[in-house]
Amino acid sequence: MYNFEFEKPTTVADAVAALSSDEAQALGGGQTLLPTMKQRLAMPEKLVSLSGIAEMKGVSAAAGTLTIGGGTTHKTVADEASAYPALAALASNIGDPAVRNRGTIGGSLANNDPSACYPSAALASGATIVTNAREIAADDYFQGMFTTALDEGEIITAVKFPIPEKANYQKFEQPASRFALVGVYVAKYADGVRVAVTGASEEGVFRWSEAEAALSSNFSASALEGLSVPADGMIADLHGTAAYRAHLVSVLTKRAVTAAA
Amino acid sequence: MPKDGGIGASTKRREDVRFLSGTGNYTDDINLHNQTYVHFLRSDIAHGRIKNIDTSAASAMPGVVRIFTGADFEGVGGIPCGWEITDRFGEKMQEPAHPVLAQGKVRHVGDPICAVVAETLEQARDAAEAIELDIEELPAVVDMKKALEEGATKVHDDLTSNLCYDWGFVEENKAAVEEAFQKAAHVTTLELVNNRLIANPMEPRVAVGDFNRGTGDHTLYTTSQNPHVIRLLMGAFVLGIPEHKLRVVAPDVGGGFGTKIFHYAEEAFCTFAAKAINRPVKWTSTRSEAFMSDAHGRDHVSTIQLALDADNNFTALRTDTYANMGAYLSTFAPSVPTWLHGTLMAGNYKTPLVYVNVKAVFTNTVPVDAYRGAGRPEATFQLERVVDKAALELGVDPVALRRQNFITEFPYATPVAVEYDTGDYHATMDKLTQVADFAGFEARRAESKAKGKLRGFGVNCYIEACGIAPSNLVGQLGARAGLYESATVRVNATGGLVVMTGSHSHGQGHETAFPQVIADMIGIDASMVEIEHGDTDKAPMGMGTYGSRSLAVGGSAMVRATEKIINKAKKIAAHLMEASEGDIELKDGQFSVAGTDKSVAWGDVTLAAYVPHNYPLEDIEPGLEETAFYDPANFTYPSGAYCCEVEVDPDTGKVTIERFAAADDFGNIVNPMIVSGQVHGGIAQGIGQALLEGAAYDENGQLLTGSYMDYAMPRASDVPFYTVDHSCQTPCTHNPLGVKGCGEAGAIGSPPAVVNAVVDALRSAGKDITHIDMPLSPARVWAAMNNA
Repeated sequence: MYNFEFEKPTTVADAVAALSSDEAQALGGGQTLLPTMKQRLAMPEKLVSLSGIAEMKGVSAAAGTLTIGGGTTHKTVADEASAYPALAALASNIGDPAVRNRGTIGGSLANNDPSACYPSAALASGATIVTNAREIAADDYFQGMFTTALDEGEIITAVKFPIPEKANYQKFEQPASRFALVGVYVAKYADGVRVAVTGASEEGVFRWSEAEAALSSNFSASALEGLSVPADGMIADLHGTAAYRAHLVSVLTKRAVTAAA
Repeated sequence: MPKDGGIGASTKRREDVRFLSGTGNYTDDINLHNQTYVHFLRSDIAHGRIKNIDTSAASAMPGVVRIFTGADFEGVGGIPCGWEITDRFGEKMQEPAHPVLAQGKVRHVGDPICAVVAETLEQARDAAEAIELDIEELPAVVDMKKALEEGATKVHDDLTSNLCYDWGFVEENKAAVEEAFQKAAHVTTLELVNNRLIANPMEPRVAVGDFNRGTGDHTLYTTSQNPHVIRLLMGAFVLGIPEHKLRVVAPDVGGGFGTKIFHYAEEAFCTFAAKAINRPVKWTSTRSEAFMSDAHGRDHVSTIQLALDADNNFTALRTDTYANMGAYLSTFAPSVPTWLHGTLMAGNYKTPLVYVNVKAVFTNTVPVDAYRGAGRPEATFQLERVVDKAALELGVDPVALRRQNFITEFPYATPVAVEYDTGDYHATMDKLTQVADFAGFEARRAESKAKGKLRGFGVNCYIEACGIAPSNLVGQLGARAGLYESATVRVNATGGLVVMTGSHSHGQGHETAFPQVIADMIGIDASMVEIEHGDTDKAPMGMGTYGSRSLAVGGSAMVRATEKIINKAKKIAAHLMEASEGDIELKDGQFSVAGTDKSVAWGDVTLAAYVPHNYPLEDIEPGLEETAFYDPANFTYPSGAYCCEVEVDPDTGKVTIERFAAADDFGNIVNPMIVSGQVHGGIAQGIGQALLEGAAYDENGQLLTGSYMDYAMPRASDVPFYTVDHSCQTPCTHNPLGVKGCGEAGAIGSPPAVVNAVVDALRSAGKDITHIDMPLSPARVWAAMNNA
């Protein structure tokens, strides 16, 4: 790890100010950034920890919306997001206990790892990403692997999830990392069904619109018979071919629907 | 019933108190005054010619003490190989030089090029980034068969090819084997891969070198399974330090699994550099470095053929294996695919003719050497897979086919040069049938089917050669070392004992099990016995721990030394009681005169030995300390039968182990709890190999599985609760304890059971599948199902 300066502000305003200098980097739970720094693959001059900002923490539900502070750990979401059980279940199965007690939802969404769990929940739920500067719809937020709509120095202060009627997340773990080899999040709302897929695509998390249309008219696994995503553009690596990942998308979507229904 | 603490008692492991309470003393816990830190700059390409190394800017960086390159080791020995193979034409294997730091070329990702010694580790790493390397990249040799093609790029320019050796065994039987195949009623052929593994002990390797300018003494603290072997190899072959000026200490070691047997460049470097800069030098491997510098295991590509007559008797077996040596010959690498593999190819069966061919190949990959089981898992996997495939082809029960061909008469001389002293393969199969509940399988399969899962049932047998090894025999086979073991038993005046053993415990529980033996022999409490190991200044020259040899060989040395102690103590007791030595009996820590009520306690005799006021000084010396060296008469031959039941998710290809049962014959057992634990750990590693683990390189020689993000280790949730039985016991006939060794059995016996079970599961769904190569990842199983 290279040397760096460290700041731990207690308000969003101070954090934004601290991040305004070049080469400053926001630090959430550090579950991706710190290993990268230990490998000397990242060398920020200054780390601005967001973990001391009380206004960015906590889970609350009101008027059909679950709001999670950007600095809230996976463990807290798992324990406290009872108003949205599928989301709590997802959080309870990220990484291991050490990861869940440090990693945060804001950090995960800002990083937008193509195999992370949270992006699928945010996209399938039509969540709103709240930052220090604006609100961004999930459909506009995810822009490809490790790429988001966030500007330099912009901080995710909260994420607002409309609570669906039914939802479920199915993660098929990559055997080594236990990240999602493929993960499918299905959420059923009064006005339709949204399906988001993580882990599979070279473009990062995506919505499977064909499945959404089929499920919106008939929310059952049988509605998905014959539907599949093309293998083109799927990730192919040591742990699975593109065809295998495409196949898993169908399998997991059916399972998610069955589990949710 | 065994008394508490003696042979047969499941005494809790005393060493766990310190391991579990954070009070162990591992090599990384050792920090010496004025210590420096070394960071190795390693090759990030698989093959290249070093054109220039410019360390001038780096040397001026803050905290840098000195930067070493291969040039600093000109005139210094290279890392030696401890085993020389003679090929099937009578020629010696090709043995390349292995410099401490790369000279001329880099030959694998991870090959150390420069060593930066600095005041702090971070300063060393900073300076390493300032070294300017000019390396011309060369084509990488990765695939073994391509490596042997005419005109292939050579890993070592001064060798004639990438072939280390072409070994045939038993060469004289080759023609007879071919003839038997001509006459066979049925021949089963199977091509398979034994996947490359990375041992991943919990504790990475560490080395601390120290030099005392006042005395000229060198000390190396290192994570080793065999400190005396390191002292000999490094002192005699690399650095030219006589043993009386070199101390090697391997304190608490957090797991070895074979990969800490070998002498590594980092050990030689730290020892060498400590003298060069006159300060201690410490290296602690990162996990990333471990992936690319610890010797890997397995990596065989084989074709095996089994010939059967019309009655399904095995008539001949032949196998062709390509064995990856990696870029250099690690310490015992040449022995693994040959003498630890070919000699086991008869397995549990009375196949009269066997021929084994092994081509060992150099590639631009990390060196490959022994990993838990070492050669025997590779033999067992081939054999037990081909037998299962033969049963499929013949439409017979695989267990019945095995039983029909079992060896039943002992001792049994195999056609592959070893003689099994004892065993009872029907007994372990009978036990397995019972403990694994063969009878209930179909009901369980129906339950799985109701859940939409395919259930499979796999059985296999194994035999292994442990208690390594008779020195005169292994000398004939090319070993450049003896394989005896040593023990010094020191009795203190007040009766306590310290055993200094050449065996080394890095998880095996010697500190608990060895005292149980002595407690039994003398009739004292095991707490009166302390085990010292891991320090060449304390223990007599010993060969260390691997090949499931500690109790069978090291324990036997301890028994021999203790017998000497008891014999001398009886003489002293006879004098104290004014009786004839022949009348003295030792029981429950009391010496008595047969037929009388006269007795003296153990402690009275030990005190007399050190306070010899009333003592036969004219006949025997004072003191009570004896040493024994034990060289085994034969290998030991543990055996057993394993059963695995899996469920396969037909939608995803994911395999889960639902049940796993082991029935082992380890001969006599000292501590059943420790034995069970060894079997549990071995099976976990075998399941890891079968389902999860596998080191992969791309065509450029880049290690694709260089971290836990891509190298899948088994976790607790990947393994079931095991049923482990070791009640079948045919004691070894040639060591004093009748023990056979249990350390590797689980890793040897379990992979074929898992694969047999998965193949059975898929066939139950009508898939015409006879084999899938390990690891049976979900993606591979799914692909196999969809291609069948």
